[in-house]
Amino acid sequence: MVIPNLVGAGLIVIGAGIGLGKIGGSAMEAIARQPEAAGKIQTAMIIIGALVEGLAFGALILGA
Amino acid sequence: MVNLKRALLFLTVILFAANPFTSVAAEEAHGDGPKSQAEEINAHIKHHLEDDHYFTLYKQGEEYVGFPLPVILIDNGLKVFSSGKFKENDGLTEVDGQFYKYYHGKIYKTDAAGTITYDAEHHPTNAKPLDFSITKNVTGLMLAALLLFLGFISLAKTYKKGSNNLPKGIGRVLEPLVLYVRDEMAVPNIGHRYKEFMPYLLSVFFLIFLLNLLGLTPIGFNVTGNISVTLCLALFTFLITNFKANKDYWKHIFWMPGVPVPFKFVLAPIEVLGMFTKPFSLMLRLFANITAGHSVVMGLIAIVYLFQQQLTVGGSIGVSMLLTLILFFLELLVAFLQAFIFTMLSSLFIGMAVEEHAHH
Repeated sequence: MVIPNLVGAGLIVIGAGIGLGKIGGSAMEAIARQPEAAGKIQTAMIIIGALVEGLAFGALILGA
Repeated sequence: MVNLKRALLFLTVILFAANPFTSVAAEEAHGDGPKSQAEEINAHIKHHLEDDHYFTLYKQGEEYVGFPLPVILIDNGLKVFSSGKFKENDGLTEVDGQFYKYYHGKIYKTDAAGTITYDAEHHPTNAKPLDFSITKNVTGLMLAALLLFLGFISLAKTYKKGSNNLPKGIGRVLEPLVLYVRDEMAVPNIGHRYKEFMPYLLSVFFLIFLLNLLGLTPIGFNVTGNISVTLCLALFTFLITNFKANKDYWKHIFWMPGVPVPFKFVLAPIEVLGMFTKPFSLMLRLFANITAGHSVVMGLIAIVYLFQQQLTVGGSIGVSMLLTLILFFLELLVAFLQAFIFTMLSSLFIGMAVEEHAHH
């Protein structure tokens, strides 16, 4: 069975969405707990977000 | 309110006058186009994303209108001529007795008739000269370099006069960004050796940021969305990381301290692979983000033509402009974010290579 490219793209986006949502959610909680560490948490959040995004884009480009 | 309406009308007119898709609508009116509308739009997007020897500003009918850029070939000596020569004669041109044919964005050596031979997968097998042409992307890079040079020279001049001077003009914008790169990226990640790496980090940050912003102007640069450009930038990070690395860095790659001996053999190949995947992901992230952004912007502009029947002309223009506007704000964020991420991760990798470990 051949899975169409677009279904694969959808799966990638779902996966990346879950990943980014978890990162964002935990970062929000962490900032709410310790507002004075907001800057550091934000930086770490953006870095991990970029890693997830890079993976997703890589898969999308290789799949297309 | 009247002013707003007038402004919107004006914008719409400009959008139409300078729009590369105008020919699509015109062609549909004639109804004799060999390609379907969607195919035509795809071709436009692809043409925009690729590097070119000809600087296209807009398309008039079937003709791309712009200005030619110099072609520089090294093939039995240096050959310099204008890419405008490829426009006549179906892409075939003769320079000093050698024929060159422009075919799908690349230059091939051919005979006088311009014959191109193909292999089984329909790839041309003709010999290619070494191409050092000033293409559209190279023009973009040169423009960015010139702008950065002008901006930073004016900033440097104010510091020369004395440390108490406030920067003037563009320097007021640049100074906080320089400090941001230093205090948010270089110092926390690299530590006290940050000064050695500041020139590289600042160059890379401002180059990527400016090129991303230039990509959002209607001139049509797609420099950071070209994988060769991002490959080169990532290669610099790779080289700096590995040449500046200290003993501890190599020890952590080949003989990880603090784990049992059998695991050291397992970890070594993984760590060696990690050396290459880090810059690889840098390269892919920047390229993919900018390419995706440009494709989506162009796709949203294409709504004007694709949904004219369903939404009427005014409706499709309105929807397209609204969506494009929203996406442009996102793209402005992405332009900064990608420059930030690239510099941040570069400094992180450099920091990992030069940091002094406490002894285990």
